[in-house]
Amino acid sequence: MVLDRNMKILVVDDFSTMRRIVKNLLRDLGFTNTFEADDGKTALPMLQTGNFDFLVTDWNMPGMTGIELLKAVRADPKLAKLPVLMVTAEAKREQIILAAQTGVNGYVIKPFTAITLKEKIGKIFERIEG
Amino acid sequence: MTEQDQEAQLLLAKNLIQALESSDEVAADKILDEIAALRESTLFQEVGRLTRQLHDSMNNFSLDAKMAELTANDIPDAKERLHYVISMTEQAANSTLGVVEDLLPVSKVLNEQAVELSGKWDRFLAKDMPFEEFKMMSTDITAYFSQTKNDLNSVQTGLTDILMAQSFQDITGQIIKKVITLVEDLEQGMVALVRISGGTAKPEKTASSDTALPGPVVPGVDDKANDVAKKQDDVDDLLSSLGF
Repeated sequence: MVLDRNMKILVVDDFSTMRRIVKNLLRDLGFTNTFEADDGKTALPMLQTGNFDFLVTDWNMPGMTGIELLKAVRADPKLAKLPVLMVTAEAKREQIILAAQTGVNGYVIKPFTAITLKEKIGKIFERIEG
Repeated sequence: MTEQDQEAQLLLAKNLIQALESSDEVAADKILDEIAALRESTLFQEVGRLTRQLHDSMNNFSLDAKMAELTANDIPDAKERLHYVISMTEQAANSTLGVVEDLLPVSKVLNEQAVELSGKWDRFLAKDMPFEEFKMMSTDITAYFSQTKNDLNSVQTGLTDILMAQSFQDITGQIIKKVITLVEDLEQGMVALVRISGGTAKPEKTASSDTALPGPVVPGVDDKANDVAKKQDDVDDLLSSLGF
């Protein structure tokens, strides 16, 4: 499967360490066109105007949480189809189900490995293309 | 009933008798009203006192229950959580140090070889090298390239491992924030208890006050109910059971 290595990716997490890790991993996978936001409130306007191809978001953030961001994305006709990967420490069954029902495309629990992240991103785009 | 009240009532009664004996109906009615009012105000005061007492005991009761839950569950939980923070940071430090210890000699050898080869190369450029030695140098350079490729691969892998090891900071940050909230709750509870000292109601366990987002799963604390995904595989299984 060929992934567009130039696709524009937004990484949303309130911990800057985690944003750096995700960005570095994405760079390792060949994706360098990455941007950062520290919660949903900052991320949403960026998404609305920025022509992003992919969103990687944490769940538990002050201001606007990842699930609220996901809801807002799915409710916006321009963003509704944006692929979203949730990378979070929230591991309760009901939360994973809620994320799935809200329309997440992939769910990775922290702490995760580079391989897991790569695999999930691959799967998301495989499904979208297929 | 206080002495004052008694005197007031006695006076009213005497006045009433006087009024009745002199057939002054208006005065008699007025005195009767006064007696009733005196009666009512005492009753209201008593009801008020009882209400306040009930209110205070209710408050003490819920506060006691909250404090009991803090000490019975939340504090042992917090201890577990902090132990988990220690083990996560220790693990991160160890894996980072491990990679650095592995890679330092690799980079040292590569550097030494580069210094040696570049010395030879300079001599070759200065046409100060016999052909036999040049042949040997060519073999060395070929070997150096292939070794460099391998070694830089391990450097790359090692650096990614170091990168990943830093992910503890996010998890431990979230856990420590929760413990800070607990300490604040405890502090407020203790201040309130000191303020309204008293209340002997036996504390009962209140319903668990889990927030909407429980945060990172701490092994042995959060996975008791068996409703959490412990590994990515659990998440994947759950999602695929939902048709993902």
